[in-house]
Amino acid sequence: MRRALTEPPVVRGTLLAVAVVFLALFLVMPLAAVFAQALEKGLGAYVSALRAPDAWAAIRLTLLTAAVAVPLNLVFGLAASWAIAKFEFPGKGTLLTLIDLPFAVSPVISGMIFVLLFGRQGLLGPWLGAHDLKVIFAVPGIVLATVFVTFPFVARELIPVMQALGNEEEEAARVLGAGGGQIFLRVTLPNVKWGVLYGVILCNARAMGEFGAVSVVSGHIRGLTNTIPLHVEILYNEYNFQAAFAVASLLAFLALVTLLARSLVEWRSRRAVRSDEPAREAA
Amino acid sequence: MSIEVRNVTKKFGSFTAVDDVSVTVPAGELVALLGPSGSGKTSLLRIIAGLEAPDAGAVFFEGEDQAQRDVRVRRVGFVFQHYALFRHMTVFENVAFGLRVRPRGARPSAADIRAKVMDLLKLVQLDWLADRRPSELSGGQRQRVALARALAVEPKVLLLDEPFGSLDARIRRELRRWLRRLHDDIRLTSVFVTHDQEEALDVADRVVVMNRGRIEQMGTPQEVFEHPATPFVMTFIGQSAVFAGTVQGGKAFLGPLAVDYPAHLHDESRPASGYARPHELEVSRVENGGGGLWVTLRHASPAGAVVKLELSDAEGRSLQAELTREQSEALQARVGERLYVKPRKLRIFVDG
Repeated sequence: MRRALTEPPVVRGTLLAVAVVFLALFLVMPLAAVFAQALEKGLGAYVSALRAPDAWAAIRLTLLTAAVAVPLNLVFGLAASWAIAKFEFPGKGTLLTLIDLPFAVSPVISGMIFVLLFGRQGLLGPWLGAHDLKVIFAVPGIVLATVFVTFPFVARELIPVMQALGNEEEEAARVLGAGGGQIFLRVTLPNVKWGVLYGVILCNARAMGEFGAVSVVSGHIRGLTNTIPLHVEILYNEYNFQAAFAVASLLAFLALVTLLARSLVEWRSRRAVRSDEPAREAA
Repeated sequence: MSIEVRNVTKKFGSFTAVDDVSVTVPAGELVALLGPSGSGKTSLLRIIAGLEAPDAGAVFFEGEDQAQRDVRVRRVGFVFQHYALFRHMTVFENVAFGLRVRPRGARPSAADIRAKVMDLLKLVQLDWLADRRPSELSGGQRQRVALARALAVEPKVLLLDEPFGSLDARIRRELRRWLRRLHDDIRLTSVFVTHDQEEALDVADRVVVMNRGRIEQMGTPQEVFEHPATPFVMTFIGQSAVFAGTVQGGKAFLGPLAVDYPAHLHDESRPASGYARPHELEVSRVENGGGGLWVTLRHASPAGAVVKLELSDAEGRSLQAELTREQSEALQARVGERLYVKPRKLRIFVDG
C-alpha cells in the first residue's frame, strides 16, 4: 500500500545523494584531511609535534580554561534555568534575552568588551595596573572571555527541559517534608541530568575550541597565553603545516567525541522520555 | 483533626480565585469541593495545604492557626491531579521518600522504612509492583501509589486534587468506592476537589459547592441535591427544567405556570425562575387540573432504569423529563405526539 507522503524513488534517491555528497564534501573530507595532514610525516612526527613545549603549554592552558569555565557555567546554567522555569519575576524576558547575548554577538566583540574593561586604557585598567594585576594578555582574560562566550550553553539546554517538567514533583516533595537542597538533589537533578550532561558537553567543546574572543584578549604569547586554537593558527602562519594539523587534530578529535557523547545522551534522554509516557489504562 | 478556613481570599493579578470563603471540615469527615473549572476549588485546596498563601484570612487545623507553618511541617497528605510521582524512582522509593528526607534524628531505620512502605503498598493493593517505575503503571495504579506516598508521612489531613480526573469512567467508579471504603477504615479528615457532581454526591459526607470563588452551598449530598440554595446549585447538580417569569403579590407567574409563592408578598413584580428536576415532571395526555404546559415529544431514550423524554415547548425550548418504566409503559407516548407536562414540585428563585 502506498502511503500518502511517499515520493517517487527517483526523488528520494536524488535527495539522499545530494545530502550524502554535501556531507562528504564539507564534513568527512576536511576531517579526513586534518588527520591525513597530521600523520603525513608519520606517527613519530605527530607525537613530537604534540610534545613540543609550546604545544604542550597550549594544551595545558586550554584544559585549565575549560576546567574553570565549564563548572562556572554549570552553576550559572542550573541557577538561571531553575529561576526561569520555576518562578515568575519581573524582567524574566530580559534575562532570557541576555542569556542569548553571547550567541548574538560576534566573539571578537566579546573579546573587545574585556579589553575595553580591563585593558591598560580600559575602564578598570589603571586600578588593575596600580595593584599589579594583569587580566588582558594573561590567563585571567582568556578564562573570562571563554566564560562569557560559553555561558548560554548549559542554561539554554536546561530551560526547556525544566519548563517541560513543571513544578509538580517539587511541590510533592515539599509537601512530603523535603527541604530545598533535598528537593534539588533527589528530585530536580535526577530529572534533568541528561540535559545537564548535554549542556556540559557543548559548553566544553566551545570552551576548548573558542578562537575569536580568546584571540583578542590573549596577546599570543607563545607558551604562556596561547590556547590550542591560537597555537594552531601560529603554527599554520609559520608554514609548519604538519605540526599545525597535528595540534588541530586534537580539536577535531574533541569534536568527534562531542558528537558521539551528544548522540549517546540524546538516545538515553529519548528513552527516558518515552518510558515516561502513560501506560495503558488498567487498574 | 478538624480544618477551619476563615474568610480566605486569594487573588491572581486582577482575578479573584477565592473570595472571602469560610468552611469548616469536622474531624474524620470526607468533604468534596465541587464546582466548575475556575470556581476556586483547587486554589482553596492548595491554600489549605500551604502550597499557596492566602491574601487575607486564615486556615486553622484543630483550632491552631497555620499561617506561620510552612507546607513542609503542616503534615498534610496531598494527592496531585496528575499524581506528580517521582518519575526516576521506583514505586517503593516514591512511597519511602517522605520518610527518607526526614532529619537524621527523626528518620526511621531502613528496616522500619521498608516495613512501613510495604504495609502501605499492601493497603493500596500494590505491594507486587514495588520495584516498578511510575511509567510502567496504569493511571489507576499511579493514583494509588500517590495516595500511599501521601499517607506515608502520617498526615493529619488528606487533600486530593481531582483524584479521579484523568481516569476512564469504569476505573473511576471502582476507585472512588475504594477510596470511600479506605476512608471509612482510616477516618482521616479528607478534602477532595472535583468538578463531577456524581462523584461528589457518591463519595463525600459533605459537599461544598463553589462558583466564582464563592461558596454557593454546603451540606450533605442529600441536602444539596434536594434543597439547592441557589439557582447555580440547582442547575450544576443534576438536570433541571427552567421556567422563567415573575413573582408578584404572593404568586409566581412562570410562563404557563401560576403557583403560590408566599415568600414574595410585595405588589412589585420581580423577575424569577422556577426549577424542576426531570423526575418531578408529570407527563400525561390530558390537561389534568391545569398548571402545566403543552409540549411535543422529540425523542425518548428507553435504555436504563428510567425512560428519558426529550420535549420541546411551543417556543421550541427543550426540556427533559424522566419517567419510571411503569409510567412510560402506561403512557405509551410516540415521538411527535403532544403531551401535557406539569411539575409536581417547583423551586422558585427570585433573580438577582
